[in-house]
Amino acid sequence: MSGDVCIVGVGIHPFGRTDGLSGLDQGVFAVRQAMADAGVDWADMQFAYGASDAAGNPDTMVERLGLTGMQFINVKNGCAAGGSALFSSQMAIKSGEFELGLAVGFDKHPRGAFNAMPAEYNLPDWYGEAGLMITTQFFAIKTMRYLHDHGIAAETLGRISEKAFRNAVHAPHAWRREPVSLDDIMNAPMVSDPYTKYMFCSPAEGGVALILASEKKARELGKPLVRLKAATMRTRPPGSFEVFAPSIDIDRGGSATRIASAAAFAAAGIGPEDIDVAQLQDTEAGAEIMHMAENGFCKDGEQQDWILQGRTEIGGALPINTDGGCLACGEPIGASGLRQVYENVVQLRGDGGGRQVPGNPNTAYSHVYGAPGVSAVTILER
Amino acid sequence: MRPIAEGLFTDENPPRLIGGRNRATGRIVFPCPPGAEFEPYPLKREGTLWSYTIQRYRPKSPPYAGPEAFKPWPVAYVALEDETIVEARLNNVALDAIQIGMQLEMKPIPLDPDAADSPYIPSFQPVQVSA
Repeated sequence: MSGDVCIVGVGIHPFGRTDGLSGLDQGVFAVRQAMADAGVDWADMQFAYGASDAAGNPDTMVERLGLTGMQFINVKNGCAAGGSALFSSQMAIKSGEFELGLAVGFDKHPRGAFNAMPAEYNLPDWYGEAGLMITTQFFAIKTMRYLHDHGIAAETLGRISEKAFRNAVHAPHAWRREPVSLDDIMNAPMVSDPYTKYMFCSPAEGGVALILASEKKARELGKPLVRLKAATMRTRPPGSFEVFAPSIDIDRGGSATRIASAAAFAAAGIGPEDIDVAQLQDTEAGAEIMHMAENGFCKDGEQQDWILQGRTEIGGALPINTDGGCLACGEPIGASGLRQVYENVVQLRGDGGGRQVPGNPNTAYSHVYGAPGVSAVTILER
Repeated sequence: MRPIAEGLFTDENPPRLIGGRNRATGRIVFPCPPGAEFEPYPLKREGTLWSYTIQRYRPKSPPYAGPEAFKPWPVAYVALEDETIVEARLNNVALDAIQIGMQLEMKPIPLDPDAADSPYIPSFQPVQVSA
């Protein structure tokens, strides 16, 4: 295939809690919206990759959308599920096999923290029985060490949450759209030190669909070209510090994020300094801080100055999490990574309304991270 | 003392945690994985606090098997020099006295301190200054 893979249609079912609608319903809603956006019909779809962690098999949506006999592959890959669906969709078109297809993700999780089971991660049962297999606990411990190593104040975590809720006011698909003051964030009940309740995202519900096309097909459809310059997914290298680790190595190493990011920049042929807007995994406030460095945007320890100077605000040099990220949207695992790409397409088209990044952004970056050490990155260009 | 699982603690008094040493690379992990690749390797009893948090809500059951009654408890990663950094509970320390770098020693604690027959889990506490 010549040219780039392009995103020609986007759709989203608002994140949060929608009683009476299944995860699949929300996925179907997003697909219909994306097809309308692209000006295509279900019968035009040549393939689909669908991601869902807890809301059933995505391919069952053919019952609702039409029994066309199309290829539909289900993806389960932890927090990278959406990114993996997108990577696979990109490859399906890049290979020359297909010209038009779908990446869809949806989920619907029960309230409260995820309760992962040891056996799902090849861990002994006692690890869960002892109360050690808890995502919030891990992220808190990782962040506590990071703040200590790099002299970052806990208040900086609060500022990340404050920004998320402020940005989400202008994002119709976000869940928590009320501003929360820094004082209220810092004085809220502690969940796992150093994190108060406003510094963690919550498992949630939602659906996102992206229609992908070859550049030739995209031109035929007459849509503004949003090019998928890179979509990478990587697993962890030695010495990383991951969710659900009964022990970690003394010799500290890199991370899945670092290698997924480096591969994406290499594929796109640009560097971090060329990115105009970024959506970085912020399942908790410290994740956004750590991921700023792991994705190459700044050095470890520079984040506090960046945030105090407003560099990651909508009007700053590198706006981060313009729709409020996971902190304000919640995390339906299968849909979360695709929400970031949805938001980037909105920004590149200039459709962001009150949250639009000024200056006609040309490049956009997205990043997810999750258990047991997976990461997916995309780079879009218009 | 009834351990929460076999193969976690040595029979010594006081016990140590049993890690696993990769026979080919020498890498040390905890706990010792099943299979022939790793051999059991008793870990140092003392280490330093690498990082921590305080678990302030009762974890979901399953998998958590602790008592219904809940009060916050600390959990840490403890660096055992030249070996590995292990995750375990912290005990015998005030929540506001926990500091990265503090000296710790391993001492198993019951998962349910109020139950007569509670299984024991890995835990560390500040090194006791002997008289």
